[in-house]
Amino acid sequence: MKIGLPKGLYYYYCKKWVYFFNELGIEVVSFDTNKEILELGNNVATSEMCLSLKIFLGHVVYLKDKCDYILIPKLNYGIKDQMCSNFDCLYDLCNNLIDIKILTFDSKKEIKNFIKIGKELGFKRNEIKRAYLKASIKYNKELKKLKIENINKLNSSNKKILLVGHSYNIRDKYLNEIIDIIKKYNVEIIYSDLFDDDYYFYLSKDLYWKYSKKNVSSVIFCKEKVDGIVFLTTFPCGLDSLVNELVMRKIDKPYLNLIIDDLDSLAGMETRIESFVDIIEQA
Amino acid sequence: MGNYYIPAKYLLSHIVDADIIIPPFITAKTIELGSKYSPDFVCTPFKYTLGTMIESLEQGASILIQFGGGCRYGYYSELQEQILKELGYKFELLNLVSGKANIKRIYKMIKRIDKKFNIFKGLYHLYIAKNMVKYMDRVDDYIRKNVGFEVNKNSFDNLNKEMLDKFSKVNNPISLYILYKKYFHKFKKLKINKPKNCLKVGVIGELYTLMEPFSNYYLEKELASYNIEIKRFTNVNYLLFKNKKTIKKALRKSKKYMKYKMCADASSNIYWTKYLCNKKYDGIIHIKSSFCTPEIGSMPIIDKIANNYNVPIIYFSFDANTSEVGIKTRLEAFYDMIEMRRQ
Repeated sequence: MKIGLPKGLYYYYCKKWVYFFNELGIEVVSFDTNKEILELGNNVATSEMCLSLKIFLGHVVYLKDKCDYILIPKLNYGIKDQMCSNFDCLYDLCNNLIDIKILTFDSKKEIKNFIKIGKELGFKRNEIKRAYLKASIKYNKELKKLKIENINKLNSSNKKILLVGHSYNIRDKYLNEIIDIIKKYNVEIIYSDLFDDDYYFYLSKDLYWKYSKKNVSSVIFCKEKVDGIVFLTTFPCGLDSLVNELVMRKIDKPYLNLIIDDLDSLAGMETRIESFVDIIEQA
Repeated sequence: MGNYYIPAKYLLSHIVDADIIIPPFITAKTIELGSKYSPDFVCTPFKYTLGTMIESLEQGASILIQFGGGCRYGYYSELQEQILKELGYKFELLNLVSGKANIKRIYKMIKRIDKKFNIFKGLYHLYIAKNMVKYMDRVDDYIRKNVGFEVNKNSFDNLNKEMLDKFSKVNNPISLYILYKKYFHKFKKLKINKPKNCLKVGVIGELYTLMEPFSNYYLEKELASYNIEIKRFTNVNYLLFKNKKTIKKALRKSKKYMKYKMCADASSNIYWTKYLCNKKYDGIIHIKSSFCTPEIGSMPIIDKIANNYNVPIIYFSFDANTSEVGIKTRLEAFYDMIEMRRQ
């Protein structure tokens, strides 16, 4: 049996599930983003949707004939840890626009829903529970390792840049072309999505988006230690339009605000990044 | 937002001892001011509210109150406070956004403005203000249905103004109720020339753009001038008191199209689309401010429902510099189309 996980939006927050399905012996199908997928997404999406959502829809269309089910959950962490409103309508959007079989659940009671899904696929309760535990242990170990690695970069003697953005933008293979440009210049890149959300309170008291909290607290944590901050946003992102603006107004570090609309012309981005790195190196 | 400043002013002026400044009506200057200091791709209500804030600060206000919640509307106030402080204004912003608007917090805030505040008096006037909103919305519903067919021009508008003027001077719930009954009777007596099978159009969409007539370039007035009966669901009474109930109902009644609750009014809008289609309305108009994320997510689903029921639907997206003429032309074409479908 094959389950498709579209590699966009929620995928980067739910790597645990990949391990879970592997543990049960189910094959997980997902592809890296490429130009074809983006074009497929553009065909389905309406013009005002954000680039990340377009990429996600493209993945779903691309996976259509390549697997038995596609998993699209609703991420739900309560009122104080909200997700972007695009996450709320993912399931209904795909269900109405694209003709596929979808597995879905509400992530508020994760284990309960996993058992439900597992039973639907024909597994026993014990098997599912064991697989879930194994997967979460493996996932937590890996995450811890990555976090320590990320923080250790702060001690390096090179110039350091903090990259602030949502996981689905920084980790995406296709959008990574921009990060590759930064990597050319011998600087350490510290990722904002590997921080805990402990410090956001010092900068913004009202903040209620789960993953924006991480970004803001990463800025506070690294403010003194890094040389510059790069904000990476896809075009009409609702959360970043407000949160990043507030952060930019409150910090006094050199920063660069990169807004991606489409990746057709990278020359302009290259020039901006080059001059930004020049500023950092002279300071 | 529209005429709703009247109950708000009534409530504040009765419970606290402070001068209340009603911001001037939104004009082209307001939106120009607002968009000058706003971030790049924020939704349009941010620009309107920021512009209004600047204008009322220039009139001498020292305390601003922000009330809201739902989508990113709940986060406006923090950024707006920062922007205004960088511009050099001195003020205090009372922030009653969702998640923070509990009774204790509101009580403390009011106590800070006015030390003589009495909670029972406050609740009493809150009750009156709540009823006032309810009655206003009922009257508005009636007006929207019939204003397109009035015989004497502006008769509805003038009577509405007279009623609101009387409303702002009441001081107990019973006299308010009597006034409401009296004026509703008067409204019903106004001469109208309404054919039995008139054109009916439902208006749905994002809340701010729907309720602030300037931000949608007086779309409802324009529609009324074509002799159309208008149905609109979104009003303050719905937003404050009926929201949760409606969303539950929406999830139950339109299971085929949606499974999970969506952000803000998106799920209600999907339900209303289905309702309008079932009631055989001639057309649906969906309006929103540009970059409104919840509505963008729901639009493809709304489109699908309208297609399934074969009801024409038109989308308007309003920004700070949308041209008024373009919207009028599109509206005229839409009107011609639904009229031809009738025949």
